[in-house]
Amino acid sequence: MSRLPSRLRINSYVANMPPSGIRKFFDLVLGMEDVISLGVGEPDFPTPWRMCDAAVDCMQRGYTSYTSNLGMLPLRSAIADYLRAEFGVSYDPETEILVTNGVSEALDLVMRALLEPGDEVLVAEPCYVAYAACVELAGGRAVMIRTRAEDEFKLRADDVEAAITDRTRGILFGYPNNPTGAVMTREDLQPIAEVVARYGLVCISDEIYAHLTYNGTHTCFASLPGMKEHTVLLNGFSKAYAMTGWRLGYACAPAPVIEAMNRIHAYTALCAPILAQFAALEGLRQCRPERDAMIESYDQRRRYVLAALKEMGLDCFEPKGAFYVFPSVRSTGLDSEEFAERLLNSQKVAVVPGNAFGASGAGHVRCCYATSMENLRAAMERLAAFLDSLPRQV
Amino acid sequence: MLERILRILEEDCRTTPKEIATRLGIEEAEVQRLIAEADKQGVIMGYGAIVNWAAVAPERVFAFISVSAQPERDIGFDDIANRIARFPEVHSVYLVSGTHDLTVVVEAEDFREVAAFVAEKLAPLPGVRSTATSFVLKIYKLEGRLMGDGGEGDRRLAVSP
Repeated sequence: MSRLPSRLRINSYVANMPPSGIRKFFDLVLGMEDVISLGVGEPDFPTPWRMCDAAVDCMQRGYTSYTSNLGMLPLRSAIADYLRAEFGVSYDPETEILVTNGVSEALDLVMRALLEPGDEVLVAEPCYVAYAACVELAGGRAVMIRTRAEDEFKLRADDVEAAITDRTRGILFGYPNNPTGAVMTREDLQPIAEVVARYGLVCISDEIYAHLTYNGTHTCFASLPGMKEHTVLLNGFSKAYAMTGWRLGYACAPAPVIEAMNRIHAYTALCAPILAQFAALEGLRQCRPERDAMIESYDQRRRYVLAALKEMGLDCFEPKGAFYVFPSVRSTGLDSEEFAERLLNSQKVAVVPGNAFGASGAGHVRCCYATSMENLRAAMERLAAFLDSLPRQV
Repeated sequence: MLERILRILEEDCRTTPKEIATRLGIEEAEVQRLIAEADKQGVIMGYGAIVNWAAVAPERVFAFISVSAQPERDIGFDDIANRIARFPEVHSVYLVSGTHDLTVVVEAEDFREVAAFVAEKLAPLPGVRSTATSFVLKIYKLEGRLMGDGGEGDRRLAVSP
């Protein structure tokens, strides 16, 4: 390998970033054949055809240009209508909604728009792998707050309050949660809102799995009394509309925050892809039946997997959202990584070690049930065989 | 609840009552009771496989025959439709709106058999005014399932965040 020029150096923070725990496991799975993967983090459905067809139509008619930085106004209006109808929150499509390249971009923008070097953001974990990195790439400091299996991985207000310092600017969490499948009800969120209000914090609420809520309805954090001004709501089309590869999300926040995020977005991304915007608009207008059918299907598989895990004797709280179950593997005497590696090597079933999502995920594994019933039946059989092969723990 | 059970069976009729019960969060006995009732009442008409015959017997043919018929007082098309439906080569019969009256789907070993059926059985029936036969040349979607390379297969990365 030739030497790099002496002044071509990788930024030291980036160079020292630890690789995602998922990446390591991905490399292990790569190259193995006949693996049943419960390791994915996306829907198994293709995008509803009506939406794909809308994108094809948009290409054929020559709509292949940039859009407004904020995103097409008809889409922002449709998002505003949808949020009002589904979650009871009102946002002005002209000034309070920004369409982004997935929630990932929105997360990056909000951190860069809000944080000064050294500012702290509380992050509820286990969580999506990008949360802490986005805070720190923006110069902030991510302060992780543990959640516990015995609380069904819900965030506790006393833990939040205990972590607050003079440098704390806000709190970041995602419910329904990846990787645990935990949800926070209105009653669960209320004490968090009280702390947020008392300390004047901003709450960055990643609600990408909002529609994937079973046994009840999702509560949008911004819908709690007085919370709209405190909240940056992140959502998108990847999960509910099976659009992961299109990269389309959005942020809703008070106008000055959206304006600041849009300044960065205008220079770094310009706009979200126009095809994805047209497809999403079609989705909001026409694809509710498809969306609801997908959710019904996830719910059936959730019950199936949960029952199968319990039958095998794995300890697992009932996840009420997203498409993950997060069983504890402590009873096997193995840690998360050993469990996942041995399961992969002996039975060719891929799950993701819980500690990839933060220290408090240790002792658990994430199993995604967004795969065919046929795969799930086979995966549960193999998992049971794997557990039987382990020496009994006393 | 019955409708949700039927949807699962329509997708895969081999799904066991135990699994259906788990997936829907109800008792297995309740699933068995509802299925038995649906069987008895003819809501569930049978439990067949969906076969792509083109893959096994390429010479086998399907034809859609548009039939114009003379309706009869009080019973309309019922008599003539039932009479047509009883022929073994008839796969399904629908009364339809539009330019003709009945759509008859015929399944046969080869096109000559279809031709013989139309010329010797269907067209001479009293009450049949005219027929127009359309042979199926290629199937793109059957019973809600896409054929061939319609996007099947899991193309996702095996592990993702």
